Amino acid sequence: MSKNKISIIHSGFVPLNIENVDTDQIIPARFLKATTREGFGKNLFRDWRYENDDETKPKKDFALNNPKYRGEILVAGKNFGCGSSREHAAWAIHDYGFRAVVSSFFADIFKNNALNNGVLPVTVSESFLKKIFALNEDATISISLPDQTITIDATGEKENFEINSYKKECLINGFDDIDYLINIKSDIEKFESARSI
Amino acid sequence: MSKTLFEKIWDKHIVKTIDGGPSVLYIDKHLIHEVTSPQAFAGIEKRGIQIFRPKQIVATADHNVPTLNQHLPIKEQLSRLQVETLIKNCANHNIELYGLGHPYQGIVHVIGPELGITQPGMTIVCGDSHTSTHGAFGSIAFGIGTSEVEMVFATQCLLQSKPKQMRINVNGSLKKAVLAKDIVLYILAKISASGATGYAVEYAGSTIRSLSMEGRMTVCNMSIEMGARCGLIAPDETTFNYMQGKKFAPQGNDWDKALQYWKTLYSDDDATFDKEINIDAADISPMITYGTNPGMGIGVNELIPSDSAINEGDRPSFEKAMKYMGIAPGAAIKGQKVDYVFIGSCTNSRIEDLRLVANFVKGKHKAKDVEVWIVPGSKQVEQQAKNEGIDKIFEEAGFQLRQPGCSACLGMNEDKIPAGKYCISTSNRNFEGRQGAGARTLLASPLSAAAAAITGHVTDVSELI
Repeated sequence: MSKNKISIIHSGFVPLNIENVDTDQIIPARFLKATTREGFGKNLFRDWRYENDDETKPKKDFALNNPKYRGEILVAGKNFGCGSSREHAAWAIHDYGFRAVVSSFFADIFKNNALNNGVLPVTVSESFLKKIFALNEDATISISLPDQTITIDATGEKENFEINSYKKECLINGFDDIDYLINIKSDIEKFESARSI
Repeated sequence: MSKTLFEKIWDKHIVKTIDGGPSVLYIDKHLIHEVTSPQAFAGIEKRGIQIFRPKQIVATADHNVPTLNQHLPIKEQLSRLQVETLIKNCANHNIELYGLGHPYQGIVHVIGPELGITQPGMTIVCGDSHTSTHGAFGSIAFGIGTSEVEMVFATQCLLQSKPKQMRINVNGSLKKAVLAKDIVLYILAKISASGATGYAVEYAGSTIRSLSMEGRMTVCNMSIEMGARCGLIAPDETTFNYMQGKKFAPQGNDWDKALQYWKTLYSDDDATFDKEINIDAADISPMITYGTNPGMGIGVNELIPSDSAINEGDRPSFEKAMKYMGIAPGAAIKGQKVDYVFIGSCTNSRIEDLRLVANFVKGKHKAKDVEVWIVPGSKQVEQQAKNEGIDKIFEEAGFQLRQPGCSACLGMNEDKIPAGKYCISTSNRNFEGRQGAGARTLLASPLSAAAAAITGHVTDVSELI
């Protein structure tokens, strides 16, 4: 799949000050029956968003339902994306319109799934995360993938984040792992025949 | 150079390593099911490429299947479409499918081992996080997303960064009625639901060695609940005895050759681990969870933590969990009423689990207002239970023995726990809504679940044995 390129994200954010947000919350299992990748955004955080699964009854205290919070950046408590390997979680986040998720800690499989779907996981320190949660509703954040920095625009407070250089290139250029792997098929075949001897 | 068990297997599967990036890891076995594969099939078809090594893939239908009347067409339209899509995709791409009605059908992490598809020293992946189960055989086994399923379809490889190494040593004798499930819930309570993120975890020590393969699978299964990339246990005589004669296990000379290799699969004495944790088996009691992640567990006779015992930063999440569960901080969990009992899932649905439960409930009857579902992990487990007369014991106890599938572990089919009801469950996740919107899950061992089925509330099973 060709992925959206990511370079600079400058936007408002949606704060989800909850730890251990698991992929069952991001997209409940009953929505995994689709055979395509599209349309998961409308069910993102379904059971936290609506009373009794009723779209006409949005839960007022849930950040996604607060019109003052907008933007391409989701900010969440530590251990975001734990649990099931369902890539539908990353699809739902992307389909909803988020391009980056900021947390102090990401679960492994979710992190890979996000990177494979044009969603940038940005790991920040616990103290920086606290600062973001303390911001006003209209505050904006800038994320630069080339510089590997995240900045609170109003104060200029900045932190660096880690990403391996291969993945960084992939995201900036919109390449994906599968293109790389297909291109080294002869190496894979050589590996197989060396093993079978 | 001395190596860990993980490193021995890892190093043998590296095709190449990208400078400053991940390694290309060769995958021996790829297990697939109906939920996380359709988009991957669509992806390779869109690219116009063939599946690279279809013979290294095995498919089953488990997540979405009904557990009653499996001979009838699936009623729910979307579930049926997903299962039919799997059948079509496997036929088009020449992939072995053990679908509904096949004598080998079952939960993907139950059938792999029982058919001998899972073998020591292998790399095994599946689009399901509980793939860590297969590490019980001394393999590197981990869950992947659908884009990665597509990569393995296309090239039999994945790009992976090597995880850090952790060893958890459990030594000593277990107390009465304490099972493998209690060991892993105890570890989770100690190190938390993110305590092993970024690590491959090897379980070692005399207690782990004394476990059956079924018990080892239960422990490795929940590695992902600690955030671990995978969990593994060095193969030994218990492993080899289990493997021998299994349908797809090596035979004759191949067996001897394989055995020779498998016996080299252990962490060298001076191998280094980034982190090591030691646990005394005698400290472990029958465990139960009270919250909404699997790290929120206590011994059944302990009290739920009070607000003041929780770090201030963690309090909002703790309070949210308590509110969802309808349980008071500081209260006892013992005596908590249960409405449903679910014994099943890739964690605890093997024949040993069913035997233990049957042995305990023989001659007893379930409490009046409790619904009890026993969902075997596979057709073979179901058949074996019938051969041993276990089905009769369950029937007399008022327990429903259903047909194989993931069932109420994730409630994708109609096996859902109603909102607000309490379910003591042998599955692996107590997340909000996991077993149905608003359902309240208490994770425990098969024996603890069976005890609650009899008494109607959370019970210390060791008092009844």
